[in-house]
Amino acid sequence: MTREAYHKALNNLQDEVLEMADMVANAIKKSVESLQKRDMNASRVIITNDSLINKKRFAIEEKCISLIATQQPMAVDLRVLTSILSVITDLERMGDHAEGIAKISLLIGDEPLVKPLIDIPRMADIGLSMLDKCLKAFVNRDVEAARRICNEDDTVDALHDQVYRELLILMIQNPKIIHQATYLTWVSHNLERIADRVTNIAERIVFMVTGKMEEMNVSKY
Amino acid sequence: MVQHNIDIKKLKIPEPIVVITDLSLYYGKTQALKGITLDISQKRVTSFIGPSGCGKSTLIRCLNRLNDLIEGVTIEGNIKIDGQDIYAPAINVTELRKKVGMVFQKPNPFPKTIYENVVYGPRVQGINKKSVLDEICEKALKKAALWDEVKDRLRTSALDLSGGQQQRICIARAIATEPEIILLDEPCSALDPIATAKIEDMLVDLKKDYTVIIVTHNMQQAARISDYTGFFMLGTLVEFNITTEIFTNPREKQTEDYITGRFG
Repeated sequence: MTREAYHKALNNLQDEVLEMADMVANAIKKSVESLQKRDMNASRVIITNDSLINKKRFAIEEKCISLIATQQPMAVDLRVLTSILSVITDLERMGDHAEGIAKISLLIGDEPLVKPLIDIPRMADIGLSMLDKCLKAFVNRDVEAARRICNEDDTVDALHDQVYRELLILMIQNPKIIHQATYLTWVSHNLERIADRVTNIAERIVFMVTGKMEEMNVSKY
Repeated sequence: MVQHNIDIKKLKIPEPIVVITDLSLYYGKTQALKGITLDISQKRVTSFIGPSGCGKSTLIRCLNRLNDLIEGVTIEGNIKIDGQDIYAPAINVTELRKKVGMVFQKPNPFPKTIYENVVYGPRVQGINKKSVLDEICEKALKKAALWDEVKDRLRTSALDLSGGQQQRICIARAIATEPEIILLDEPCSALDPIATAKIEDMLVDLKKDYTVIIVTHNMQQAARISDYTGFFMLGTLVEFNITTEIFTNPREKQTEDYITGRFG
């Protein structure tokens, strides 16, 4: 094999994307957990750590630009690099959504939750499972797996509908909770967006492997 | 012309092995190098790029005093290698060239066997013991990433090899004398892309043991393999910096215009 150093740099870059995705998945998981447990300290940690995710994104972006400028990537290598640039943007925004949930948790403050959280953690679980499958598809260059992930977004959309309706009913029954219930709809919206961003990543994987840009799931939101 | 050389003053070159200070060179009355000041880092790949006639080849030929062989050349300024002024009267030029090996644009193997090409330098230095020469030959060919391709035909003529292999023979021949610095003047310009890629991979490997200085017309090649890049124009060093900086964010407009193909 020739151009070993360059191919090694490409592989390292892929590992760094996986590391960043891990940081983001962790932030999403903890943001919902801390909301559920009303753990303010944990929420604050997520907000502080978001800057680490942003830094990681810039570091990867810089390496992509250097490789494009110095190594003249062609064909699949070029698609991998441009896809990584897009994937890290989605990951970084997913990190922002997790930070958003942590901020909402702080806004709710000491109040007890107006209802036990059931669908919101489910949305987070599905989003995280989608992300996990997506990363496997990214590593394995698995187009079919990437396509399947997009269908799961419909489940998250449906759960968001459900959470929204449920909170609306609670607000009509008891207007005193409007304040917190509105915050919780924001949480649900953040999770719905996280799943959408995973489908963006899945679309990039399809492009990376096939060279074709396909919109695979048009979210209702 | 405005003398730039700005970055070099700010840029800290780690472990400089070559220190060039205010170097000017004249072919008769024509000034080919204009006040070049530049440090070259040890065990790194440094590339010189620039349009034809910009002085990049002239500069590397100063580093092993090959320009001494051209009539009417005058040199001002100073070049130190390992802290020693290589133009000082006491310098033994043969010793210098042993320390600073060179590979040229066109592969120029001797009309001898592969083996004799590689051990030519050590033989001239007086090494005659077969076991030592065998070892030198194998080691140099391995470093030049050629051993696997030629180990079964070391006694055949080097001229029977392909262009890319011949160039790697020349690199093995340069390595066999254990130089500290290897100068390469357009080593891939006569080679196809695969042979070029093999040489590039090898150069990246060589920097574990040697300081590599390469002149290339192919700026993509400089981008791919070098740690530092100098851009020359009309005998002036316009910009010298870390390669990724040169190719992603050059400081000088002339460099940017050249690497983006706006002139040159």
